[in-house]
Amino acid sequence: MRMISNVGTGVVGAPACGDLMKLQVKFDGSGKIVDARFKTFGCGSAIPASSLATEWVKGKSMEEVLTIKNSQIAKHLFLPPVKLHCSMLAEDAIKAAVKDYQKKQGEANGETFEA
Amino acid sequence: MASKAIFSTLRRSLTKPHGGAVSRRHHLSTTSAATASEPYPGDEHAIVMKGVRISGRPLYLDMQSTTPLDPRVFDAMNASSIYDYGNPHSRTHLYGWEAENAVEVARIQVAKLIGASPKEIVFLSGATEANNTVVKGVMHFYKDKKRHVITTQTEHKCVLDSCRHLQQEGRPRVRLEPLMNGGGQERGLRSGTLATQQVVGFGVACELAMKEMEYDEKWIKRLQERLLNGVREKLDGVVVNGSLESRYAGNLNLSFAYVEGESLLMGLKEVAVSSGSACTSASLEPSYVLRALGVDEDMAHTSIRFGIGRFTTEEEIDKAVELTVKQVEKLREMSPLYEMVKEGIDIKNIQWSQH
Repeated sequence: MRMISNVGTGVVGAPACGDLMKLQVKFDGSGKIVDARFKTFGCGSAIPASSLATEWVKGKSMEEVLTIKNSQIAKHLFLPPVKLHCSMLAEDAIKAAVKDYQKKQGEANGETFEA
Repeated sequence: MASKAIFSTLRRSLTKPHGGAVSRRHHLSTTSAATASEPYPGDEHAIVMKGVRISGRPLYLDMQSTTPLDPRVFDAMNASSIYDYGNPHSRTHLYGWEAENAVEVARIQVAKLIGASPKEIVFLSGATEANNTVVKGVMHFYKDKKRHVITTQTEHKCVLDSCRHLQQEGRPRVRLEPLMNGGGQERGLRSGTLATQQVVGFGVACELAMKEMEYDEKWIKRLQERLLNGVREKLDGVVVNGSLESRYAGNLNLSFAYVEGESLLMGLKEVAVSSGSACTSASLEPSYVLRALGVDEDMAHTSIRFGIGRFTTEEEIDKAVELTVKQVEKLREMSPLYEMVKEGIDIKNIQWSQH
């Protein structure tokens, strides 16, 4: 899946911190996300945060998903203050996945993409 | 010991599910273990609390947090609560004398268990107060002469260390400044009227511990091995935290690689256990005890502590194994770390993007 050019993969976090999220988004030809998957090593807030991220990005365009904020994720899940960093990580994961897709697109088009 | 089996059963039949209704089928045990193979119609035993729904009371495997009360200790405390209502420090009447007697009997029972003299036993409200009293009390008393306290990284009770340290220097009696001032009870070391029935219970518990220690140790060790082997049969990447040989058998602290502790705890809602992961502590730091034992940070996040006790049954252990294996497998399916390991990537050498 990592090799396919219409799928962007973002990996954020660190095992030493107890949180690692991997988010994958699949784009169709028109720049819309048609599928998203996650794998997370993390607590009872990190896992749902990344799961929610995969639900929210489906059917949206790249520009739209980059506007998803951690505060929206935290509010939807009623995360307590001590778990807010989990929603932050989920926002980062979305951005990382999109960035990876853009990089692949750039390479496919023979350009070097500078973020 | 047949009496233990009876007390095990008795204790369980006294703890009913919150729903109130007790099914005849379940009267001997209301834990998930016994009901595993019998799916009951409807959900009349379901418990809903704090937004969590579970099918029955969880198995209790958190003995390092608290332990259930031995019914024999309860009997002694019950009787004492009703009859020993005199103040054990009242010198002037029979009620006081009887209460004082009960306290002194308990003092001897406690002393016998640890090979001390009854004169060396001071009753306070618990371990925290005892630690505070000894560490602060000894240091305050000797503040002009000695200012050094030695402890270990895994220790959070400096009690015996401080006293032993000073005793080794030829002092036959260790003196300390009391933390609680007042009527001078417990030879001035801890003022406050003693709760007679609590002290009586403590004494009986110590006497029972002394009598049954060998048997309890064998039983608990057997269950510990059953738990560890059961889990290792089905899962790889299971690490025992701490020495397996120099260990209290009732504590089995395991790390399940690639799976985070809090998420495992939440999946194990039918088993009551604890975790050393950062997320389960108030400070968001993984357990300092595990770190001191040399456990890597990422493994500290994956730790689960199983506590086994006198009344734990083989059924409970088997059920805990089954539930744990199932949850770990499910979480590993969801774990990017497990995926990487399966693909042959060396996760110790990756540069993670920290934030």
